[in-house]
Amino acid sequence: MAQYILRRLLIAIPSLLGISVILFTVLALAPGDPFEELATNPAIPPDVRAALRASLGIDDPVHIRYFRWLTAMLQGNWGFSFVSRVDVDQLILQRLPATLLVIGTSQILALAIALPVGVFAATRPYSVFDQVANTLAFIGFSLPTFFTGLLMILLFSVTLGWLPFVYRTDIDATGWRWWWEHLRQTIMPVLVLGLFQGASWTRFVRSAVLDVIRLDHVTTARSKGLPESRVTMRHVVRNALIPVVTLVALQMPAVFGGAIVTEQIFRIPGIGSLLISAILANDTPVIMAVTFVFACLVIFFNLLADVLYGWLDPRISYS
Amino acid sequence: MAGSTLASPTAEIAAVRRAPVTPGREAWRRFRKHRMAVASAVVLSLMILAVLFGHFFWTLAIDDIDFSARLQHPSWAHPFGTDDLGQDILARVLYGGRISLAVGFAAMAVAVLVGVTVGSIAGMSRGFVDTALMWLTDLFLSLPQLPLLLLIIYLFRDALTKVVGVEMGVFILIVAVIGGFRWMPVARLVRAQFFSLREKEFVEAARALGASRTRIVMQHILPNSLGPVIVAGTIDVAAAIIAESTLSFLGLGFPPDTPTWGRLLFDAKDNLDFAPHWAIFPGLMIFLTVLTINFVGDGLRDALDPRRVV
Amino acid sequence: MTPLLDIKGLKVHFQTDDGMVRAVDGVDIAINRGETVSIVGESGCGKTVTAMTVLKLIAMPPGRIVAGQVLFEGHDLVPLPAEDMRAIRSKQIAIVFQEPMTSLNPVYTVGEQIAETIRQHEGMSKRAAMTRAAEMLALVQIPNAHKRVSDYPHQFSGGMRQRVMIAMALSCNPKLLIADEPTTALDVTIQAQILELLNEMKQRLGMAVLLITHAMGVVAETAQRVIVMYAGKVVEEATVEALFATPRHPYTQGLIRSIPRIDLAATQHVRLEAIPGSVPSLLNPPVGCRFAARCRYVMPECRTAEPLLVEKAPGHKAACIL
Repeated sequence: MAQYILRRLLIAIPSLLGISVILFTVLALAPGDPFEELATNPAIPPDVRAALRASLGIDDPVHIRYFRWLTAMLQGNWGFSFVSRVDVDQLILQRLPATLLVIGTSQILALAIALPVGVFAATRPYSVFDQVANTLAFIGFSLPTFFTGLLMILLFSVTLGWLPFVYRTDIDATGWRWWWEHLRQTIMPVLVLGLFQGASWTRFVRSAVLDVIRLDHVTTARSKGLPESRVTMRHVVRNALIPVVTLVALQMPAVFGGAIVTEQIFRIPGIGSLLISAILANDTPVIMAVTFVFACLVIFFNLLADVLYGWLDPRISYS
Repeated sequence: MAGSTLASPTAEIAAVRRAPVTPGREAWRRFRKHRMAVASAVVLSLMILAVLFGHFFWTLAIDDIDFSARLQHPSWAHPFGTDDLGQDILARVLYGGRISLAVGFAAMAVAVLVGVTVGSIAGMSRGFVDTALMWLTDLFLSLPQLPLLLLIIYLFRDALTKVVGVEMGVFILIVAVIGGFRWMPVARLVRAQFFSLREKEFVEAARALGASRTRIVMQHILPNSLGPVIVAGTIDVAAAIIAESTLSFLGLGFPPDTPTWGRLLFDAKDNLDFAPHWAIFPGLMIFLTVLTINFVGDGLRDALDPRRVV
Repeated sequence: MTPLLDIKGLKVHFQTDDGMVRAVDGVDIAINRGETVSIVGESGCGKTVTAMTVLKLIAMPPGRIVAGQVLFEGHDLVPLPAEDMRAIRSKQIAIVFQEPMTSLNPVYTVGEQIAETIRQHEGMSKRAAMTRAAEMLALVQIPNAHKRVSDYPHQFSGGMRQRVMIAMALSCNPKLLIADEPTTALDVTIQAQILELLNEMKQRLGMAVLLITHAMGVVAETAQRVIVMYAGKVVEEATVEALFATPRHPYTQGLIRSIPRIDLAATQHVRLEAIPGSVPSLLNPPVGCRFAARCRYVMPECRTAEPLLVEKAPGHKAACIL
């Protein structure tokens, strides 16, 4: 198992390098110089500008620039935000917890919906429950997060006035009231993301369970005299989790995409809304760094999924 | 009868005894059984017709500013209401629909084209090229798409706009980038088809008869992968429509005076409390389009690619 | 003496898109304690469905037991509630399937899977059940059993997996073992070993065996009594000796003629004979004898009235007007 994890780690490195090459290529192909604000600012005298260009290495050959950029990225040396005049890594570290909190909670919610509903539907294929669940799942992942977000604000904030629609970090309360306010403002973003992912995962779970349920070993389990609940949990769901993990890992980029939108709607101070405001403010170092962080997060979760996959499937980890 | 059919020993019997029908007819029979797909196909066709020809019947201009009719709720004069400049939302929704659908189909075409090309090359070449292309496919699958989409549009929008104009520039960029991020499933499908068909008798026979490689690919392998590719392509249309709306909703898609559905929502979101209709109608249109496309895709999967369940 | 298992007039139908498939259409089979009975027939003749129905392992729906009884020690299993049925499975009647490669769950060790059966019926502790699982593996002659008990199915070969399946089936000392084509998926050399193992287990543990197969050779080697099925019906029933010596039904004769004879092939030119045609549709079975279309002795009356299974000689029944 340890060997398997190590192997996966080694496979993740080329992916990370590949993504960094793509990122850098995009940057290098971009017309003009994305960092030109510093280098072409008329307020800076020409000789200082030339020195700046040299220090930034803008005139060096492409591969040297790539390696310099990559080492800087890996060392956490992500530069200086044009707009807020702070180190980019500081900025991102400040914003990351909110993003991870919302994503994490919503994914737990998504699994809490998808697993029971998907299993229940698949064990009763074409029943009324299955058809209703299936239709709701289709509706769920056909509703774009930005629209559900607006609908929820319309319902819970504007019409009913139950929940705040702007996420605040400076809640002026202490103790349980602080927690309560925090919970209230987290509900809608988590619901929006969680329901969306839950809907598509319900379909994954359902189809994975349907695939497993007709396998021979399930008939064997039944022939052993096991109760149906045990057959379902230990011999169907347990095996169906293996393909589900893969499918969930494939969804991670979409999950982060959804998080960006949700953060923007509810003005959650996470790295997603940081990205949008940086783009609107032409803050290139921040844009690059956030994109890079998102790439790392996706790779990290894929790695996690791989480890989970190996743990779930002895055929993988013991061969 | 293999062990895998234990639970239904009749499957084989039933399959053998069915009267011979043409594949097209059989596919249509299976599609028809998916009631939601049939209903969705009807609704989707109506929406496409409305979007394409609606402006002949609903002749209000999309940029007809009327300050006396600002933020009006739906009425006979303005069935979808008006926005903060008194512009008719129905007319704007119809116009935006054309852009959304154009983006959806064009991006799908890009994705399918790239996917079929990459998949075919990988499927034909085996060895190193295949390994490298599949690594690239996996890499693209794990790219954080939305951030990259935003980054690319941010970096290239101005340059392209200078060359081909604002709307066209954004259109080309969005279609290319969305398409460029969605080709991987198609590539995998086509490659898998190559691998499974390469050893099949009829392909062997064609090869033995001296058919060239291109001919075998064009005449035998690609038509056989058509079903799964159509299904994947359908889903791509929906995904591309969502992606475009997302960009516009974030204020980074089409320019402000182009009323795409996402852009309408972006403009409406600060007026939710007194003009909810402004957001609801374009939102509903996106939802209905995506939902019906997804259902049609599901029906097509039943019809054309019956082995898969997801 | 009441038979251990007595299947009476069993009819099992499956609802499909194209109509009702009469997979088992009025079958009587009796098995005594300690006896080995074999059901032979081509694919799709209903032998597997019959076996699965005994343990009620067919999917219902689309399957349905339309008529008949499955008496086990005199008690009908057909109306039995699911919970009581579970107490029968493995404890009283155990089953071994055709595909050892797919019949075990790939995510648990073989020991866990055998122990699961034991714990379900014997109420043992986990540790005791694992010890017993290792003993069972040793019993079915898996080398190094106490180590291999914590291996996963993919670490075993096909023949070894079938041994594991047999160990699992025998782990609760069932009175009846149903073996559904247990050797079909295996290499020829392994096939003989598995049959030998089944014979040996039967001698040591004394359970009755219902062996389902399409290979006449397997029948000759293992069974005492043979039941020949064709298109959902029993067409002949006899002791092994009587069946091979004087097969009464033209279908049985055809099956025996289609056994390859290596001993003869070396000296004379004997053509291997196949039975012409194929099994009729069970959707709309033909009127009259179901074998009529393929029978070399077919007579006009065969196509109008269905021949009943009658005793042609003591203990030898056949469903043919000849």
